Amino acid sequence: MAKIKVLVLRTAGTNCDQETCHAFELAGAVTEKLHVNRLIENPALLEDYQVLALPGGFSYGDDIAAGKILANQLLHHFSDNVRKFIDSDKLVIGICNGFQVLVKTGLLPGKSVETPNCGVQQVTITHNDCGKFEDRWIYLEPGTSKCVFVDPERRLYLPIAHGEGKVCFMDDQVQKSVLDNGYVAFRYVDADGNFGGFPVNPNGSTDHIAGLTDDTGRVLGLMPHPERFVHKTHHPRWTRDNITDPDGMTIFDNAVRYFG
Amino acid sequence: MINRIEVFSKPEFPDVNAGEVLADIKQLGIDSAASVKSMRVFLIESELENADLDRIAKELLTDPVTEQYYIGNSDKPSSDQPVKIIEVHLQPGVTDPVASSAMMAIRDMNLDVSSVRTGRKYFICGSLSCTEVQTIAQRILANDCIEKVIYDNSEEPPCPHVEPYKLEKITVPLCNLSPDELVELSKSSDLFLDEREMLTIQDYYKAIDRDPTDIELEMIAQTWSEHCVHKTFRGTIELTEKDADGKELNKTVIENMMKSYLAKATNELAKPWCISVFVDNSGVVEFDDEYGVCFKVETHNHPSAIEPYGGAATGIGGCIRDPMGTGKGAKPIANTDVFCFAEPDMKLEELPAGVLHPRRVMKGVVGGVRDYGNRMGIPTVNGAIHFDKRYLGNPLVFCGNIGIIPKDKCFGAAEPGDLVLVVGGRTGRDGIHGATFSSGEMTHEHEDLFSHAVQIGNAITEKKVLDTMLQARDEELYTAVTDCGAGGLSSAVGEMGEKLGVIVDLEKIPLKYGGLTYTEMWISEAQERMVFAVPPQNIDRAMEIFSGENVEAVVIGTFGNNGKLELRYDGTVVGELDMEFLHDGLPKYTRQAVWQIPDNKEPELAQKQNYNEELTAMFGDYNVASKEWVIRQYDHEVQGGSAVKPLVGVANDAPGDASVVRPRLDKDKGVAIGCGICPQYSDIDPYWMSLAAIDEAVRNVISVGGRPDRVALLDNFCWGNCNKPDRLGGLVLATRGCYDGAIAYQAPFISGKDSLNNEFQTDTGETINIPGTLLISAMTLVDDVTGCITMDLKSAGNTLVVVGETRDELGAGLLYKINGQTGSNVPKVDLKQGPANANAVASAISSGLVKSCHDCSEGGLAVALSEMAFAGALGISVDLGLVAKAADVNRNDQALFSETPSRYILEVEPGKLAELKSALKNVVFAEIGKVTDTGRVVINGLDGSEVVNVEASSLKESWQKPLKW
Repeated sequence: MAKIKVLVLRTAGTNCDQETCHAFELAGAVTEKLHVNRLIENPALLEDYQVLALPGGFSYGDDIAAGKILANQLLHHFSDNVRKFIDSDKLVIGICNGFQVLVKTGLLPGKSVETPNCGVQQVTITHNDCGKFEDRWIYLEPGTSKCVFVDPERRLYLPIAHGEGKVCFMDDQVQKSVLDNGYVAFRYVDADGNFGGFPVNPNGSTDHIAGLTDDTGRVLGLMPHPERFVHKTHHPRWTRDNITDPDGMTIFDNAVRYFG
Repeated sequence: MINRIEVFSKPEFPDVNAGEVLADIKQLGIDSAASVKSMRVFLIESELENADLDRIAKELLTDPVTEQYYIGNSDKPSSDQPVKIIEVHLQPGVTDPVASSAMMAIRDMNLDVSSVRTGRKYFICGSLSCTEVQTIAQRILANDCIEKVIYDNSEEPPCPHVEPYKLEKITVPLCNLSPDELVELSKSSDLFLDEREMLTIQDYYKAIDRDPTDIELEMIAQTWSEHCVHKTFRGTIELTEKDADGKELNKTVIENMMKSYLAKATNELAKPWCISVFVDNSGVVEFDDEYGVCFKVETHNHPSAIEPYGGAATGIGGCIRDPMGTGKGAKPIANTDVFCFAEPDMKLEELPAGVLHPRRVMKGVVGGVRDYGNRMGIPTVNGAIHFDKRYLGNPLVFCGNIGIIPKDKCFGAAEPGDLVLVVGGRTGRDGIHGATFSSGEMTHEHEDLFSHAVQIGNAITEKKVLDTMLQARDEELYTAVTDCGAGGLSSAVGEMGEKLGVIVDLEKIPLKYGGLTYTEMWISEAQERMVFAVPPQNIDRAMEIFSGENVEAVVIGTFGNNGKLELRYDGTVVGELDMEFLHDGLPKYTRQAVWQIPDNKEPELAQKQNYNEELTAMFGDYNVASKEWVIRQYDHEVQGGSAVKPLVGVANDAPGDASVVRPRLDKDKGVAIGCGICPQYSDIDPYWMSLAAIDEAVRNVISVGGRPDRVALLDNFCWGNCNKPDRLGGLVLATRGCYDGAIAYQAPFISGKDSLNNEFQTDTGETINIPGTLLISAMTLVDDVTGCITMDLKSAGNTLVVVGETRDELGAGLLYKINGQTGSNVPKVDLKQGPANANAVASAISSGLVKSCHDCSEGGLAVALSEMAFAGALGISVDLGLVAKAADVNRNDQALFSETPSRYILEVEPGKLAELKSALKNVVFAEIGKVTDTGRVVINGLDGSEVVNVEASSLKESWQKPLKW
């Protein structure tokens, strides 16, 4: 079987592209990093791939708002191609800054709610309640069984590293729709699976939400970094605890397995 | 026309920025401010219809969930209290990255605007006096160097347009000046050259029978500045050493400290794994068969004193460009950051004029490093903060960067005929005179006089340069690359063309805005610029790579072969210099140095039955206290190579000794990074300070499992005004220590830098001299990161072993500090035992015998043991009587808190104790007790009676409290 091809989209300020490629490669995929300018020049390039990954970083320096400028480019240059990509049974993942982009294009939670297409933002990801950038490890409880990337039975331990990670909804109706339809991919919990305030919920996110999916289950956006826990020594306590089967790999393995 | 769009939080969402501002106002002691509201302001110059402006506001500038907008100048909020409006705009010409991004995004929306500017607007409610409003604006909201404050809409924001420049060639009449007039000229033009240097320049011009142009003089001043040529380290020094009574003990002449001490050690050690040392922008050592690793640490002290955020950001930004500008370019893999500040709880009214409050300095510096490092996607993995009130007017900001570079790309050299390609940021008026400025002393007036020396950074521009540079490197499109640092294009192009000569057409330099003179273009230290030497046949492909990712690249000249530098503007020659005179014409110096042994006595502290209180107080000391608040703001895991993090232990919050990263994600080979800094010991003896710093840096990397035979060191000296013999005397001693330490540890120096003149003159004429400060950074290899260990205790029942002898060495240590004393028994590194201990511990760790390891530094055994306990949420029970001690140790406080170097505490499983003992057979060690499950730190004194018994968790609380901001 031919290997799954992953397009890791990068632009000015993208900085988790290398490790995102590495994680997908560990899962058995082949990856290619592509600058957004190449995709703007030729959106059809997207058709060669099965997975589109928007990695973490500070696209355009978070100018105006995190992910906003890249979201604007996606919207005005190749939104139809991305929609078609998703609709043709392919996968999209946005990690950290990539999640911010997906939300700001309206691709997440997407068709779920009132509007059928991307382009209308209904959810945002805004400044952490603690008011600053934080790098720390958190636990994630899966919130859905419908997302390709998510193993509904497995609680994950992953790092976050962001200043703007608080998920907020446009209004109660949007929130209700997201909850009712099961579009919450992950919630922040403690080691035992309980909800909590800071630092269990590190940014004050609404309903402890750490990641979202859409009605297809083929799009995942999440603030934590699964690509930063694909090796035993990534775990902050690997020198104390016996670490096997790094949690971050489940996300990438699930994506590759989907095409298996 | 110019339209104003204001964007602000919806009432139901917190105004995060305003919350911080209000907290900072309260911090300043202004209680009358009741509330703050903040807004982002966009000034858009265009001919757009209202509907289109509305689209821009709605679809681009405003977050539809959390924000709303207003087109125009919004009214004050209704309030029972008076409302002040403060608006902050960038000064004309200051880089505004948000504006550039907004312009691009508006074009993506298929709309056209001619300019965008951004600002911030604040409504401050409360009965505030005019002075208070100004204080808030100046101390919290704005920095005069780069920003303009407008109160209550009293004026228009600064206009972005400046008059274009018309060539006016300036010749400086120099040949006929008297020596006094020469000195006056140097002063009035901020050249920072002394009489002898000015005379040498005059002689040169007399010989060629003309006067210099302004650009030539500026270029000489820059090239000859302390910052660029390190006159002190390379000059001759006559050192007189005296005893405490002033009696002369010894006189020595040192020809060149660089050659006599630092490079000498490296040369004598002649390690085959040193690839490129002391010659390039960073030092390169071997990593594996395919790659080298390079390391550079720089300081950015004076800019950070004036503008902490921008100064620190450009400090790390500039340092990152060093590995990028090494050989044919390295890829950065880790940052280090070490700071020295005055203690942040200082009373506002005690602050001298012209000095920013240390808390503001610290927040700004941390913010600058955070934002630049995080945006560059480089993990900041190691650092330290040292507090001392003498850093008040002159904080120290050390920024380091480590890169990985293919072995066949470690060297570069421009060839005649290569094109001079400037890549990255545009040139503006920022950072003019940075090199000369940093070579002088700080005064209370510096803030006003040298605001132009502050550079403005934009990490994303640098990241784009990096992304494209690596592609061009791997396609082998250029022969050499260097960064524009101090001295700007003048230094960068000058150095690249040193052996060749070069012709530059200055009008081709891309500018941020019009109006710069040709001299300003040439010497500006605007950030994020790299210079490449590109063979003409490769230029098209190189340009394609850069422009393909929106990176500006412009050919400004050609390298020649006649040894001449020729600078032209629109065809007119404005400067012509002999490369030889420029680089070798600087007169040689002989400086006087004096070292007098300070007349310190050991204090006589009362002996106590119990030291719980002292131990608790030590954890509350700023120097020991947890730096978690800082560390978490840095992304220390980006790039996916993190193997040992800066925070370790059962709760991920304990102080790791060193960090380890895996630069190649498919390999388990790593690099361990640590540092040593102990300026407090300089107050007794800079020689021992230097050795203590080396020992500490080595201990750090050894403690996590680094190889002892591959340690590479970097020296960064920050010293006072070395024209003063007593300052220079201390510097000589410290430098000697570096030589002895490098030889003893078989650890070559691979790079270094000095920043002298770190003194501050207050408005009352008092001079504050910083303690002689040496940062030693250490890097070593880890063959297999899965064998690394951390300092947190692992299991109750394990045995605790101390490696190394404890001597009566409390001098300038923490026990004396909390008692307001200095003392005289400075910790002294035993140059035989120190390396032997390091080797023995390393071999025990690599044999898998050690569960945890922590070195003893400030606060000695007691502090180190307690840290291990709370890191593992366990207890300890040890006997000081069992510790291996020198005969002079006969008091409990000595045994507990002595800061004798070269000591390591190891945790070992009972079953492996015998094997560990045999691994340690050649060094002094002792079994001192056990790990317990009580959660208490229990230490029995020399006579067996209990001297410490305290909850580890309460010590942890004391440790976390001071900097839990």
